[in-house]
Amino acid sequence: MIYWQLFLAFFIPGILGYGGGPSFIPLVEHEVVHRYGWMSVSEFGEILALANALPSPIATKMAGYVGYFEAGIPGAIVSLLALILPSLIFMIFLMGILYRYKDSPKVQALTDWIRPVIAVMLAVMTYRFLSDSVSSIGPIQTLFLTGMGIVLIERMRIHPALVIGAALLYGAFVLG
Amino acid sequence: MRKEYWEIFMAFFRVGILGYGGGPSSIPLVHMEAVTRYQWMDSDDFADVLAIGNMLPGPIATKMAGYIGYQVAGIMGTIVALVALVLPTIILMIVLLTTLASFAHEPWVGGMTGAVMPIVAVLLGSLTWGFLDKSRTSIGWSRLILVFGASLVVLEFFDLHPAIWIAGILLYILLKPTPKEDPE
Repeated sequence: MIYWQLFLAFFIPGILGYGGGPSFIPLVEHEVVHRYGWMSVSEFGEILALANALPSPIATKMAGYVGYFEAGIPGAIVSLLALILPSLIFMIFLMGILYRYKDSPKVQALTDWIRPVIAVMLAVMTYRFLSDSVSSIGPIQTLFLTGMGIVLIERMRIHPALVIGAALLYGAFVLG
Repeated sequence: MRKEYWEIFMAFFRVGILGYGGGPSSIPLVHMEAVTRYQWMDSDDFADVLAIGNMLPGPIATKMAGYIGYQVAGIMGTIVALVALVLPTIILMIVLLTTLASFAHEPWVGGMTGAVMPIVAVLLGSLTWGFLDKSRTSIGWSRLILVFGASLVVLEFFDLHPAIWIAGILLYILLKPTPKEDPE
């Protein structure tokens, strides 16, 4: 029974949660706090704060953690599958169709015309990260770190993993 | 086969561990692994995966990892990619919440998250530029500006859902009569 509840609790946000983490959080809260009452609003807030402090997608961390605490490792697996699988299967299916007709001029045109749309979405994300950064660490630090990032990654071709690592250290010791 | 599983594991382990700031921050990291490092796909395929991924609900990072894993090594590839992406931080989270949950409010944790944002912005910006540059050579400046401008207005100012916009463009191109002039 708990497995079925966990499945539903994460299946619904997985299907409705367009646009990544931020759109997903209130949906999970609705299921976990208000529908099933597995935790209080403040416990949910605590978990959200920790999930935000760790890397990787927020949705999977929430699903794995809530599933684990409600029903152990099988609970975590059920929650994650409910979250991930439906849209992944659909994705593999759609990409399969696209690849079958990969060489047709229409699919070629599709790729060409979709690219600027993706560029817009990435540009907007870039802007959001910059503006979030300004409100969290201020304009001067943002400018400094962005400048450093451009020089190290784009000019000096240093591997982004190292630059991210360095930024984390800088954040912990200088900004912390 | 063994080597592929290991590569998939390492690729998405790095994406998971380095992807601070939620789903979008993992996009340039996935690009780095799948296109630049392991060359499982070219930048065009990546754009297609991203477009279809954005059309569908659910977290973007798991859709990309699951699909790329599948494309490289079938169902097992999907499983390896998802486990590598998701498991390390879930374990970390369970361990931390059962031991020292209060650390999330320490100022140095906030500092880390804050400092990584501009770096993610640089990576996303560079990816954006890559797509624009590619578009310029494939459809030319004028059509690029047209689609870019229209998408910006529709998505940001009219707040239309990207899934609808992408699906609309897909349908338009698939259903319109064979073009008289080909972009090639």
